[in-house]
Amino acid sequence: MSDDKNLGDSPRPAIRLSRVSLAYGKTQALKGVDLEIPAGRMVGLIGPDGVGKSSLFSLIAGARKIQEGRVEVLGGDMADRRHRHEVCPRVSYMPQGLGRNLYATLSVFENVDFFARLFGHGRSERQRRIGELLEATGLAPFADRAAGKLSGGMKQKLGLCCALIHDPDLLLLDEPTTGVDPLSRRQFWELVEGICAERPGMSVLVATAYMEEALRFSWLVAMDGGQVLATGSPQDLLRRTETDSLEEAFIALLPESRRQGYQPVTIPPRQESHDSEIAIEARDLTKRFAAFTAVDHVGFRIGRGEIFGFLGSNGCGKTTTMKMLTGLLPASEGEAWLFGKKVDPHDLETRRRVGYMSQAFSLYSELTVRQNLDLHARLFRLPGDTIPARVDEMAGRFGLTEVIDALPDGLPLGVRQRLSLAVAMIHGPEMLILDEPTSGVDPVARDAFWQIMVDLARKDRVTIFISTHFMNEAERCDRISLMHAGKVLVSDTPQNLKEKRGAASLDEAFIAYLEEAAGAATAESPEPVGAALSLQAPTPPADHGDEARRSGRRWFSLRRMSSYMRREGLELRRDPIRLTLALLGCVILMFVMGYGINMDVEDLTFAVLDRDQTTTSRDYTLSLSGSRYFNERPPLAGYDDLDRRMRAGEISLAIEIPPGFGRDIARGTPVAVGAWIDGAMPQRAETVRGYAQGIHNHWLTSRAREAYGSAAVAGLADIETRFRYNPDNKSLVAMVPAVIPLLLMLIPAILAALSVVREKELGSIVNFYVTPVTRLEFLLGKQIPYVLLAMVSFFMLVLLAVTVFGVPLKGSFLTLTAGALLYVISATAIGLLISTFMKSQIAAIFGTAVLTILPATQFSGMIDPVSSLEGGGALFGQIYPTTYFLIIARGTFSKALHLPDLYASFVPLLIAAPVLILLCAALLRKQER
Amino acid sequence: MRLSHIWNLGIKELRSLGRDPMLLFLIVYVFTAGVYSRATAMPESLHKAPIAIVDEDRSPLSNRIVGAFYPPYFLPPEMITRGEMDAGMDAGRYTFALNIPSGFQRDVLAGRRPAVQLNVDATRMSQAYTGSGYIQTIVAGEVDTFMKSHRAAAKLPVELSLRSRFNPLLDQSWFGAVMEVINNVTLLAIVLTGAALIREREHGTIEHLLVMPVTPFEIMLSKVWTMALVVLAATAFSLLFVVEGALSVPIEGSLPLFLAGTALHLFATTSMGIFLGTVTRSMPQFGLLLMLVLLPLQMLSGGMTPRESMPEMVQYLMMAAPTTHFVSFAQAILFRGAGLAVVWPQFAALAVIGAVLFGFSLGYFRKSLASIG
Repeated sequence: MSDDKNLGDSPRPAIRLSRVSLAYGKTQALKGVDLEIPAGRMVGLIGPDGVGKSSLFSLIAGARKIQEGRVEVLGGDMADRRHRHEVCPRVSYMPQGLGRNLYATLSVFENVDFFARLFGHGRSERQRRIGELLEATGLAPFADRAAGKLSGGMKQKLGLCCALIHDPDLLLLDEPTTGVDPLSRRQFWELVEGICAERPGMSVLVATAYMEEALRFSWLVAMDGGQVLATGSPQDLLRRTETDSLEEAFIALLPESRRQGYQPVTIPPRQESHDSEIAIEARDLTKRFAAFTAVDHVGFRIGRGEIFGFLGSNGCGKTTTMKMLTGLLPASEGEAWLFGKKVDPHDLETRRRVGYMSQAFSLYSELTVRQNLDLHARLFRLPGDTIPARVDEMAGRFGLTEVIDALPDGLPLGVRQRLSLAVAMIHGPEMLILDEPTSGVDPVARDAFWQIMVDLARKDRVTIFISTHFMNEAERCDRISLMHAGKVLVSDTPQNLKEKRGAASLDEAFIAYLEEAAGAATAESPEPVGAALSLQAPTPPADHGDEARRSGRRWFSLRRMSSYMRREGLELRRDPIRLTLALLGCVILMFVMGYGINMDVEDLTFAVLDRDQTTTSRDYTLSLSGSRYFNERPPLAGYDDLDRRMRAGEISLAIEIPPGFGRDIARGTPVAVGAWIDGAMPQRAETVRGYAQGIHNHWLTSRAREAYGSAAVAGLADIETRFRYNPDNKSLVAMVPAVIPLLLMLIPAILAALSVVREKELGSIVNFYVTPVTRLEFLLGKQIPYVLLAMVSFFMLVLLAVTVFGVPLKGSFLTLTAGALLYVISATAIGLLISTFMKSQIAAIFGTAVLTILPATQFSGMIDPVSSLEGGGALFGQIYPTTYFLIIARGTFSKALHLPDLYASFVPLLIAAPVLILLCAALLRKQER
Repeated sequence: MRLSHIWNLGIKELRSLGRDPMLLFLIVYVFTAGVYSRATAMPESLHKAPIAIVDEDRSPLSNRIVGAFYPPYFLPPEMITRGEMDAGMDAGRYTFALNIPSGFQRDVLAGRRPAVQLNVDATRMSQAYTGSGYIQTIVAGEVDTFMKSHRAAAKLPVELSLRSRFNPLLDQSWFGAVMEVINNVTLLAIVLTGAALIREREHGTIEHLLVMPVTPFEIMLSKVWTMALVVLAATAFSLLFVVEGALSVPIEGSLPLFLAGTALHLFATTSMGIFLGTVTRSMPQFGLLLMLVLLPLQMLSGGMTPRESMPEMVQYLMMAAPTTHFVSFAQAILFRGAGLAVVWPQFAALAVIGAVLFGFSLGYFRKSLASIG
């Protein structure tokens, strides 16, 4: 223990906060916090979830913008951008959540390497440091494993490696051990303490929700409701509150109002006499997901009215076991019985006897408390007339009466958990299966929750099967099972477990069992859990990373940019969905648009109502059916037939030749042929009209030539029409070169937009906030892989156009490629620009779609030339890059043009790309607001 | 299967939707402003087409021709020299370039039948064909009027009297408005059901339903009927108040018949929404997949360009898509006033496609629920 190792008072504090407040909308996270944190010590920040610990950390790390008050870190003001840039290479921040700032698809080595590059270490230096850190944390054998596939404990060790790669002076660890098994937890702390011993100057600030752990720290800050309750050494706090555990001390420190109605949980002993009935039994329950065994031959018997606890770390198989019991997941092997009946997912009757509460809050947040209770009562088929009474009864029992018409979102976590329990109890089940019901709930609310459960078990003889990773909760169970890596290590009463191991606390007993299991495991497989931990902290290099720090202060570093570029590229390569979309999506859409946006009208159907039936009328019909535009259908029988077939859409054109047509023509009497066009599709009707008129005129001319000789029909002047660039006037030839710019805008923009928002959603954006990487490095690093990918799509599209669609590329391929490169740079920059505003991936997708599809299809000259547009559309068209690349694409494909003919269209693209990137850089925030 | 469950779960879906301002906004927007703006934004077939004229004649007749081109069909003609013509066409500055040779008027008067050269940029599909027709008529008309007194051409006295049925003036906005409503029906049916399912999964509430005495069939059907109902109501509203009301587009056929068919179409597309919501694991994936599915469904259904001009392969493939039949009967009923006797084949096809999609989605949905993890 390092309790009194660093007690020598440092002259100036590492961190000084004065009157710091922070609000998210209406929620006040921090209320005027004044705090000085001494340097060179290990300081603990304690308090339950949601009291403002993480907010405080993000302010200190510079990840969040300061709203009110002053934050000084390592002797400078964090509101000052220059100081932040200066100090960030000396600060290291590991945010809350298992592996939150790591990249799940990157391997262990790649993750550390990414951070090392960001901090500017050279190649050999990087190799040495990474090697040392992985060795020290026992991660070396797993260097090639993807970070997402590590256990919780290993993820946190990897997080620590990434945080230590640049020898920080201040280490910020936000709940690094939450949800990690006790053995890994102990190893983690030993590691941190070892490193502190090697580097006495380093200050460490740690947040934790486990009060037991806080005893390790040399100085504590207790927080609640956005305020600091007390500070001092652990012994200090215990002495002041006259309690013997920090948990009790914390409750004692809470203000009077919060403690109201608090009483310690009392558990009456269980009546053993009813024990004969078995409520849950499991034998050799096993679940495999592909090669991974999540639950490995688990077995237990739980009697009626028993409170049975399942204790273990995140991902050890607790939830999976519970899901198998409820029938949510089919077991791969083994069997389970509820009330003596085999678990059967199709057995709806047993479901009515069981109440299940899943991890976290999972009720309908769009429904009020009453509506939630009511819906579940109805689904459990309680008789309709008893429902209101039952809902009121539940609300009363679980203390929900006052919030009965409120929406769950606005309620404190403790109340929401009570609602979940009330919902699980609405149908009066004989058994409750509760998956970590109390995680994230503060101690007072947690105890109230437990009191309700104890009452249910003892008074109503409800069997309770509960999972938890809190040791003090496990102590309250009648019996517990210790679970690790899919296996139940042991099941017994908490008291017996401690005695068997001769341990003072359940924690220690658990660790002893874990070590025993790991000892057995290392013999078979190289799981790191028990791997002897070498406590050699990385030897600090002589120059103390000075060279790296100097580069950290430069405003543009190729190394940092390429670090982001490599990372993005690796991630993209390992994400089949996005990659498929990028490449296959382009091809699919090319086909759809090539054929779909088609203005050729051919094979039009027509039918004739021939009332003349002479050779002349037949000749007239023949002139229509002989053209390639029209297909003749069976002749019309009359007006009714005409009407019916036209309404059904069977014919687009109906011709009526009047009686005496041939005779009248021969005599020179004026005569009219009737024609009806289906006007449902105006564009098509327009074309039909043109074709019909043309054929009619042609027929007349040829008849006239026969009748009067060719001189008579000569016109006054000829009009020679030359359809240039596309002599056959085929849609495909015109459309395909226009579709390429559209696709190269749409898809690269969406992918690039996702790339930033994704980091925002997953939390790894914090690496951008707190490392020395600058905005331009970040943006360019992100952009380059997508530009390359878009160029691959470009080559595919051109190949497709030339081969499958048979559209020849007449002009300069090089010019087209150069234009495409500039264009996709602009397209990806537009995506990045959109993602600087958006907060979620779905918003980014739709936002990008709206901002790219409409301008690219309507305003850029794809269908109507820009000069034919009016108002806003015309203005948009003139500045939108698609307009100019469209000219280049059509110019090279159809018009056989080269660079000298097209340079005017390159100029706007040359301007757009850097302007867009700089605009992104200007709008992108280096801190969260 | 219990009808009360489907009813109760459905009420829950409606309440959830009612509390999602984004989706409500989307529904209201696409069926009102979306339809209105699409209908009014549809350009007429020829609008402000850019034209350049090389006038080497500079005679009264050539002046007359130049003066005949004016907005809104054409932009005021740009007078250029022969040398500028090629570069301007290459750069796409004008779609048409008309070249009147020197001595044109003289040759016309002398009956030598001179030729005017019209260059058309055929990559501008929308203007090239219609525009060249217009220009030919205009030039011929001007020459004719100029020469009127001189000579009359011998003509056969046969007239073609062309009439358009169902949309006499070939007003583009009629078509645009109705097609927008139709596209929105498909879009919303897929988005609403898919999003409803993914939201349940992301919030973990689907597990909650599964531990209750509720079957996947009931869960799926409750989403299908509610979302279909919402879209159906919005469609009826949009047709009555936006299309017939604000845009005063006449609806020929029976609205109830159309809504009945739409219900069948919704049965198919909401099932498709469930399927997409099942195969994708998150909203972003759903969004990406949606684009790849929706675009072909809409563009190749015959709602944008006529089906006849697509390759036969595509025509056959698209027979399996619900949108093809939907567009087909929607045009028949709304524009051509067709009755059930005419559109029953499309109704039958939709019923079959819907049943297949529903069955398939249900199977997939069940399977995915069995392995929820």
